[in-house]
Amino acid sequence: MKALLDSFRPGLTNREITPLQFFGKHGITIAFFLCVVIFSLTTDKFLSTDNFFKVVMQASIIGTIALGVTFVVIGGNLDLSVGSLLSFATVLVVDLHDKVGPGMAIPLMFVFTLLIGSVNGFLIGYLRLNSLIVTLGMLSAIQGITLVYTGGKNVDISNDENTWFDIFGRGDLFGIPVPALIFIVSAIVLQVVLLKTSFGRKVFAIGGNGTAALFSGLRRNRLVFSTYLLSAFTTACAALILGSRVMGSQNNVGQGYELLVLAGVILGGTSLLGGSGSIVRTVIGVLILALIQNGLQLLGYPYYSQWLVTWVVIIAAVWLDIAAKRGKLFSSY
Amino acid sequence: MNKLFASIKKQPIWIFVLACFVFFSFASPYFFDTGNFTNILVQASTIGLIALGMTFVMINGNIDLSVGATLALAASLAVGLQPELGITGAVLVGLLSGILIGALNGIIAWKTGVDAFIVTLGAMIGVRGLVFIYTGEESFYAQDLAYSDFGASEVFFIPVMAFIFIFMTVVSHLLLKYTIHGRNVFAVGGNRAAAKEAGIRVGPHMLFNFIFVGFMAALSGILLSTEMGASTPNLGRDYELWTITAVVLGGTRLTGGYGSIIGTLGGVLAIAILRNGMNLLQVPSFYVLIILGSILIIVLFIDKRFSEQQGQGVGA
Repeated sequence: MKALLDSFRPGLTNREITPLQFFGKHGITIAFFLCVVIFSLTTDKFLSTDNFFKVVMQASIIGTIALGVTFVVIGGNLDLSVGSLLSFATVLVVDLHDKVGPGMAIPLMFVFTLLIGSVNGFLIGYLRLNSLIVTLGMLSAIQGITLVYTGGKNVDISNDENTWFDIFGRGDLFGIPVPALIFIVSAIVLQVVLLKTSFGRKVFAIGGNGTAALFSGLRRNRLVFSTYLLSAFTTACAALILGSRVMGSQNNVGQGYELLVLAGVILGGTSLLGGSGSIVRTVIGVLILALIQNGLQLLGYPYYSQWLVTWVVIIAAVWLDIAAKRGKLFSSY
Repeated sequence: MNKLFASIKKQPIWIFVLACFVFFSFASPYFFDTGNFTNILVQASTIGLIALGMTFVMINGNIDLSVGATLALAASLAVGLQPELGITGAVLVGLLSGILIGALNGIIAWKTGVDAFIVTLGAMIGVRGLVFIYTGEESFYAQDLAYSDFGASEVFFIPVMAFIFIFMTVVSHLLLKYTIHGRNVFAVGGNRAAAKEAGIRVGPHMLFNFIFVGFMAALSGILLSTEMGASTPNLGRDYELWTITAVVLGGTRLTGGYGSIIGTLGGVLAIAILRNGMNLLQVPSFYVLIILGSILIIVLFIDKRFSEQQGQGVGA
């Protein structure tokens, strides 16, 4: 076993890697493939291209939002307002669709969503207020704004046969469903941004040690501000998918999404303390949640049993991660 | 007089409560009325009971996101099990479920060292799943009218829900302020490692607080179901966010080590008076959401400025 583990780290053979550390580092990837193998063996419908795209489709809305939130969390903050923001953006784009046409509705929706994102960014980045409370306050405020805008009514697109707006939620491009495509392309772009640009490196720096980053000449305020713009942007993309798929929107459609998004981000191993994380692992985290949902449904378990499994998986994943860093399974308190 | 001024400075939310109180008394002819005051207390009691427990957990430097789901589970069990166990048995099982969920959260947070935010986020999703599976996504109605009669009954001329809320507020205040456990709450929240070195058994201590908030959530859920004579699987959705809002409005720091029951009571009353008053003025409830969100952020801003002036550094 030791020789096998050492082979993963050539040149460092004298450094011990305990099984605990190994599983802490690669546990989530192992769990991902374990899920795939188990569901492939126990059901005959699981392993097919159709079902694969179905899983990615299911994951696309939460996943797209999770990409932006990953940046926020790596920067050392939280964003609980994305659920309300999703409701707001979806309602706005659907409502404007009939009033000014899709060509104008989409840019307008992006503008207003980014505007709200910049309020978050200003309060947290420039006034340096606690992100959890600010976004909690914004969660309720944005929900209120959405309800005031609609007057409490749900909105829908009256003529859903005769519009090109359905492409985002229902369309296909090169044989790939467009929601899956939006998710995958944004993931690739943001992974490159996170790893290969100075912006990405700076986000890691402010999350790892904000004061040190500040003294190294990084504009912490502006960087935090940008991460919130980014999470508003990915939320707007998700709203595009959601609005187009449903061709209408309830005014609380995004309720509870903020915590499911966080679950995916946390499952991917991004630390809530900031300074570490990755887009690829967030994608894996979100996909595991979708895989569990899909697999349990194919196996005929009740719909909500996936939530019980999610409970166990989240805690187990974070526990392994912490235990590996601590070198001990249980805490000393 | 100086002491009064100092205590108001420590509890800025009470200024807001008083301001709201005066404003609505003049703005609405129906507000200043004993009947309406008990109304406000009844409306405050659901969030209020949970917020009392949450104050202990948050001064500890932890958080509990699973209270809304726990509330729904307890309410569903207390109503759903009545045909088999009778009212007393079903209510006891409901309360026990809250204690068990709290204990589970506490033991996981204690033994694994995983942050309470993540532990209870998982529990929030999982327990809500349990509720949906147990109820089959259906609402339950209490067949025995004695159950809903209890929710409408009065003790010492005030509604029973308001009475229980006031009683638990006093108990929590005494527990936090005048007992060894209460002192340890601040010690653990202020500096966990130092508290451990000083001989406080941090794990069991936090476990107790999680059990307490679980119990309070269950109690609140059962009382809510007696008021309606029914339970729905979606009961208590978003209550965790409202509870945290109330506690933070009351001046408790998210980072732990600072807070009070009096402050939490202020936060709870602020939300209840605002909702009640705006309702009487026939303002659509949407605006309450916007106002509450803004107030939360403004209180945070003032608190930060205030603590920076005092040279305490960065507050929560």
